[in-house]
Amino acid sequence: MHASFQWAWLIPLMPLLSFLIIAFVTKKWPRLSSTISIICILTSFVLAVWIGYGVLTTGDQLVEKPYQHTLNWLTFNNVPWGLSEGSLNIEFGTLVDPLTAMMLFVVTLVASMVQIYSVGYMHGDKGFSRYFAYQSLFAMSMLGLVLATNFLQLFLFWELVGLCSYLLIGFWFFKVSAREAAKKAFITTRVGDFGLLLGILFLLNKFGTLNFFKLHEMIGPQFNNAVVVGGISYLTLTAFLVFIGPVGKSGQFPLHVWLPDAMEGPTPVSALIHAATMVVAGVFLVARVFFLFKASPATMEFISYLGCFTALFAATIAVAQDDIKRILAYSTLSQLGYMMMALGLGAMTASMFHLMTHAFFKALMFLGAGSVIHALHEKQNIWDMGGLWKKMKITGTTFFIGVLAIAGVPGLSGFFSKDEILTAAYHNNIILYVVASFTAFLTAFYMSRLFFVAFTGDEKPENHPHESPWMMTLPLIILAVLSVVGGYVALPEHGFGYFVRPWGSEYEVEHMNYLVAGISTVLGLSGIGLAYLVYNRKAISADNIVATFPRTYKVLQNKYYVDELYLWIIKNIVDGFGKVLYWFDIYVVDGIINALGFLAKFFGSLFRRAQTGQLQVYAMVIFVSIVIMFLVITFGEQQLSALIPFLGGVK
Amino acid sequence: MSFNLSVGLPHYLLVAAMLFCFGLYGVFSKKNAIAVLMSLELMLNAVNINLVAFNRFLFNKPIDVQGVKHYLLAGHVSAIFVIVVAAAEVAVGLALVITMYRNRLSTNVDELDWLKW
Amino acid sequence: MAFPILTATLLAPIIAALVIVFLPADEPKTIKITAALGTFASLVMSFLVFFAYDKTVGGFQFNETIQWTKDLGVVYALGVDGISLPMLLLTNLIGFTAVFASWNMEKRPKEYFILLLILIAGVMGTFVAKDLFIFFLFYEVVVIPIYIMVVIWGSSKRVTKEYAGMKLTIYLLMGSAFLLVGLVALYLKAGGDTFMIQELAARSSTLLPKDFQIIVMGLMIIGFGSLISMFPFHSWSPDGYAGAPTAVSMIHAGVLKKIGGYGLIRVGIFILPLGAKFWAPVIAVLAIGNVLYAAFIALAQKDLKYVVGYSSVSHMGYVLIGMFALNVVGIDGAVAQMFGHGVMAALFFSMIGYLYEKSHTRYIPDFGGIAHQMPRLAIGFMIAGMASLGLPGTANFVAEFTIFIGSVKVFLIPAILGIFGIIFTAVYTLRVLANVLFGPRRPEWDHLKDLRGPEMVPLILLAFILIAAGVMPNMLMDLINSGVHSSGIADVIQALGPVNGGIF
Repeated sequence: MHASFQWAWLIPLMPLLSFLIIAFVTKKWPRLSSTISIICILTSFVLAVWIGYGVLTTGDQLVEKPYQHTLNWLTFNNVPWGLSEGSLNIEFGTLVDPLTAMMLFVVTLVASMVQIYSVGYMHGDKGFSRYFAYQSLFAMSMLGLVLATNFLQLFLFWELVGLCSYLLIGFWFFKVSAREAAKKAFITTRVGDFGLLLGILFLLNKFGTLNFFKLHEMIGPQFNNAVVVGGISYLTLTAFLVFIGPVGKSGQFPLHVWLPDAMEGPTPVSALIHAATMVVAGVFLVARVFFLFKASPATMEFISYLGCFTALFAATIAVAQDDIKRILAYSTLSQLGYMMMALGLGAMTASMFHLMTHAFFKALMFLGAGSVIHALHEKQNIWDMGGLWKKMKITGTTFFIGVLAIAGVPGLSGFFSKDEILTAAYHNNIILYVVASFTAFLTAFYMSRLFFVAFTGDEKPENHPHESPWMMTLPLIILAVLSVVGGYVALPEHGFGYFVRPWGSEYEVEHMNYLVAGISTVLGLSGIGLAYLVYNRKAISADNIVATFPRTYKVLQNKYYVDELYLWIIKNIVDGFGKVLYWFDIYVVDGIINALGFLAKFFGSLFRRAQTGQLQVYAMVIFVSIVIMFLVITFGEQQLSALIPFLGGVK
Repeated sequence: MSFNLSVGLPHYLLVAAMLFCFGLYGVFSKKNAIAVLMSLELMLNAVNINLVAFNRFLFNKPIDVQGVKHYLLAGHVSAIFVIVVAAAEVAVGLALVITMYRNRLSTNVDELDWLKW
Repeated sequence: MAFPILTATLLAPIIAALVIVFLPADEPKTIKITAALGTFASLVMSFLVFFAYDKTVGGFQFNETIQWTKDLGVVYALGVDGISLPMLLLTNLIGFTAVFASWNMEKRPKEYFILLLILIAGVMGTFVAKDLFIFFLFYEVVVIPIYIMVVIWGSSKRVTKEYAGMKLTIYLLMGSAFLLVGLVALYLKAGGDTFMIQELAARSSTLLPKDFQIIVMGLMIIGFGSLISMFPFHSWSPDGYAGAPTAVSMIHAGVLKKIGGYGLIRVGIFILPLGAKFWAPVIAVLAIGNVLYAAFIALAQKDLKYVVGYSSVSHMGYVLIGMFALNVVGIDGAVAQMFGHGVMAALFFSMIGYLYEKSHTRYIPDFGGIAHQMPRLAIGFMIAGMASLGLPGTANFVAEFTIFIGSVKVFLIPAILGIFGIIFTAVYTLRVLANVLFGPRRPEWDHLKDLRGPEMVPLILLAFILIAAGVMPNMLMDLINSGVHSSGIADVIQALGPVNGGIF
């Protein structure tokens, strides 16, 4: 094992340290806070690179047996549980394998870029220090999630990244829209967490451990996968429940609604959390416990269809959006669908590859969008922009590179990763392949649309754009370079696929399928060309297309009315149910109690008449009762002998 | 048949019972609080007569405790207790009556019914 | 004989109360400082006990035994084990912070703090008593100060404070009436010469037949259940908290309620296992009633205290279902949840108390953007809210997770419904946080002063405990686990076998 692995725990610790320092010490000095935060994340980045180097030199034995270092976190002594004897023990620790190393590299890199960028972007904001504190907390949680050795640790950080996402979406909490978006994000992902938590409990109950690798060893071919209910096996049920978590976190249909709204947060946050890192946590989880899903073909199939559907669904919405960040958000959803689909098809390597390249070019585009928004003073509608390329050379060029990468233009990173996914689809399921290819075309189209409308064409006279400071353009350049070259890591003999693959699986060299590559290149270029014709040359009028299909356009622009449906459910069903129960509680449950009280009161009002207040009446009553008692006890002995022990004995 | 004119226990009890009934009648029927208190005293004294009479007639035999003769005087002692307690009670009662009179200018027990329901 | 630290812990607030009796009423500052010192002494001593307790040995430690009433067999016996120690610590944490939460009390401070200190001592006593009679005695001590405090220092909103106080008190007393019947029956049936819990439990299998256990357990469930606000007996809780002054809400929601849970474990399950097994499925259903029903009602609330009131009813459902899963993990989780919820509820109520004291309203639509004016208060609200929805990193997550582990195995469907409840908990908690703290700045609240000085004590202490117990759960869980094992409860439920209703 490489010496770097034992220091993996430092990686999440550094941002935690910076969070604590900012929160308790340097809150009052914004520049100091940002410096500390950036130094810490860069340290983590260096460590991540070191670990990455370690993984590369160690070779593929880590895929057979990952490096683990654990501490006891939650122990129940003498409690036999599931398949484990003795104690129930949940650990905390670090797990290093190529997948982890890749994620560490991506997360620390994008986080560093975003934090450097934020110094420029958030300049002068009242909550500057708070922003960097949240950023550090997020980095800590995300890195902890990546390093998790077991389900509970993962779940813990999973929720913490959710919290950070909540805090950062609602960073400008004075905006009602940001407040509502933050709440929506938390609650929607919470729905997913419900499933994940349940799945975790099911696993714990059966196996008595939550450790990924131990579970991997237990769920082998020898595992008796018994049918529980209605033909569904235990593992299918569990895998399905676990998958609900990623559905929420990675914005798969029907829990995708929070991600576009999450764009209310500062743009660098969208780049980091809602494009490159947190939203892929769901994909990462599925890849991490791939053994579990592999044991359940039904779930795998479900995942592939759901991912494919989400990809198409989000891409069609993106075509009709006007807000620059929302287009990018729907594009993110669509790409996440791609990754999910790849996982469902069993192409874990392709999915992770796409995750990495997507992190580069999507972060690039979000940061580019941030640069534009910054330059135009918070304008986000693409139709308010135009001709920006001339004024913002660096932003424009790097953004164009991002567009080309996501469109799958040969030579750029997106081409390689998307191609691997499409090849997997082509080999496994032709329907999915057709839909995914069409989605690729749509992706190329709407991203180019965004680019042509915002960056080319005529300048708007009311805009006075200017290039952003170097702190913002430097990350753009670095990410642009990575977006170009990131795809080549898959090419060497012992490339990406040699390292990042499911535990215990055989390495198969995947050769490029030139048919698939050719078709996808044609589709991508034709998407760009179509957008060029419509939005740059105006050869085809966009308004005419809209006028031809008004209904379709309206539905797309309103995102298939899913938000409206959820709002209606929450407002009428959930809240209505709450009101009904409240009524029930006040008038029925409490009513019964109050009725009992009134009953007592009623009898009281009857009997209180006996309390005349007349001294002599009381005396009379006392005397007469004594006489009666005396007579009874003296002469009624035979009849009342049973009462004597109670009345006392005058015998 | 011998005709015994000497006064025995029944006579005392009879007197005490009469006295008790007078007192009871007074307690039930008098309107003046002081008169009620006085009637109460009659009843207490009736009890005292009973106590002393019982002691005198029923327990007048000495009890031999290790060669020393003792007379049981519990009845007498109880009577004295009753007298003491009655005195205390009258003191408290009269104090109450005086306070009530000051507040209400009346000692009529029928009017003193503020504690009713 | 060793220093009687438990008695000293118990007496510290009483001594402070006695000192306050002799202080002039027009020196509120001195009175408050005395009260703070008294509770601080208790807090320090309970921390000492917490760290000095030997987990490897387990069982009752720091024992004190004095013969009290020989004929009845009542013994003044104190001692703590892994179950009562967290409760003792909780009581003192909340007692100490409750004094600071009432730091701005202007109305009759002398009487207020005397009653508060008696209340704290009473609650503490129930947790350290090893004798059922003494337990009951302390429990009754608690009732009187609560009533007086609600009626004098409370606030009238939906219901008048007189109604709230009466409801609270009558519920407590009704519960205790059922308890008393059960207790006397237990005492007589088990030989009539001892009230010691351990002794009664030892005799349980030989002297207490199953039918008897079922009936007495039924009485206990009504008694303790109305204390822990089990579903049909919960309606005192929101009204009572809403009417009560801040400190009483804190103590009531934080610890007093937990006497119910503690009693059900210590007396119910431990002494009457067969009865507990009989009633367990019923309780599981009622507990889910608690969780979901109260969560839905909390959605419809407009008053801050009502939201937290119903939320605490909801959280108690988890305690009940964990406890009546009748396995070690479930009971571990139930105790941990009582601890976690106590700290969280106290933090929540203290924050609401400050806000109400400064703004004179608790109506949620009146607020908005309070984080602008009161960032520290906002932090307190956030931490409490996040703990309430069971965010990992707070004690509540560990507790809820443990409860779920324990109960999924036994009551599958109720447990799933219970886990489903976490969604609605998130909905109502986040709604409150959003509507109160966030949004545009509202100028009418610009005069509000943020927390400072002594007002910060509850925030710092309680938030620290919540997070510390969430990050290092073994500190707490080890203790509880050793308590459940070494007190003998583990053996009792082991002998009981699984409860009906499991599919695993």
